[in-house]
Amino acid sequence: MRDQLLRVSVWRGADEGRLVAYEVPARPSQTVLDVVTYIQRRLDPSLAYRFACRVGMCGSCAMTVNGIARWTCRTHVERVAKNSAIEIRPLANLQVIRDLVTDMTPFFEKWRRAEGRFVPATTPARDFAKVPPASRERRAADAGIECIGCGVCYASCDVVAWDPDYLGPAALNRAWTLVNDVRDGGNSDRLRAVAGDAGCHACHSHQSCALRCPKALDPTASIAGLKRVAARATLRGEL
Amino acid sequence: MNRIDWRARNHPAWWAALVHRVSGILLALFLPAHFWALARAIEGEARLESFLRWTENPLVRLAETVLVILLAAHLAGGLRILALEFLAWRDRQKTAIALSAGASLALGLCYLLNVF
Repeated sequence: MRDQLLRVSVWRGADEGRLVAYEVPARPSQTVLDVVTYIQRRLDPSLAYRFACRVGMCGSCAMTVNGIARWTCRTHVERVAKNSAIEIRPLANLQVIRDLVTDMTPFFEKWRRAEGRFVPATTPARDFAKVPPASRERRAADAGIECIGCGVCYASCDVVAWDPDYLGPAALNRAWTLVNDVRDGGNSDRLRAVAGDAGCHACHSHQSCALRCPKALDPTASIAGLKRVAARATLRGEL
Repeated sequence: MNRIDWRARNHPAWWAALVHRVSGILLALFLPAHFWALARAIEGEARLESFLRWTENPLVRLAETVLVILLAAHLAGGLRILALEFLAWRDRQKTAIALSAGASLALGLCYLLNVF
C-alpha cells in the first residue's frame, strides 16, 4: 500500500478550466478529502477547496468524485478509485468560483425562498411544546431533519439542471420538515412558496437525491409529501 | 457551471424514468399510424381487410409486440409514479421498478405467444 501511487485528476480553473494530473501516495483508510489536502499542502498550494469539520457534520467538502457527487471527508479512496485513478471536480449545477469551490449562494437562497425558517405559532411561547415522539408529524419531521446542507442532492438533480429556478431537493426537504413541525405557524406562506412552478410539482421523482444523500435522507419522499399536502390545500381552496 | 456527469445517472430509478418518458414519446409517435389504420375502415371493408392481412406478417407482429411492451411499460411506470407520490411510499423503490419492468415484459411475452 505504501508504495502505491494514486493517479488523481483535479479540476483547475473556474467554469472554464481543465483537469490537471497529480500523483498522490496511497494510504490505508485514506479519504478523498485527504487526497485533496495532500495535493494542496505538498504539491500545489494554489489549489482551492472547502472543508471544515472532516467528520461528516458541516457539509462543506462535497465534490464530484469519479462523476458522482459525494461528501469527500467520509468517502474512502478504496471505495471509489478505479484502477488507482480518481477524478475530482467541483459540484455540478453551481457556478464554480475556483477549482473545487462552488458558489453555494443560490442553494441557500432557495432555502429562504422555500420559507425554510421556523415561524413560531405562538409568541411568546407560554409553555414547552409537547410533541409525542411517536406521532406521525414528528416521525415525518425526523425523517428529513438530519440534513447538513452539503448540496450533494442539489448537484445530482436533473430538474435543477433543467430549470435554474427550481427550489431543489434540500430546500423542499427543509420545507417538509417544517410542514410537519406542530410548533410552526408559517405553513400557508410556505405552501404557497413550494407549490409554484419552480416548487415541489416540478420534481420528476428520478430519486437521484435520495440515492446520493450522504445522510441517507429521502428528499424525493419529502417532496412527494409536499405534493400531497399542496394538492389537498388546492382542493380545499386554501392555495 | 459543471453539468451532471452521465455516470451519476446510472441507477435503476433514473433508467425507469427514462423508459417511462421514451415509451411515452414512441407511443405518441405511433398514434398517427394507428389513426391511419382505423381510417382504412371508412374506405370500405376490402381496404381494411387487405391491411389487416398485411399485419399478419411476422415482422409486423414483432413490431406490435414491441408496441405492447411500450404500452405496458408506460402504464406500469405511471402506476409506479402514482404509488410513489400519492401513497407516501418510501422504501422498496427498486422492487417497484423491477415489478413494473417484469409486468411489462410478461405482457409483451403473452402477446407474442398469442399471435404466433
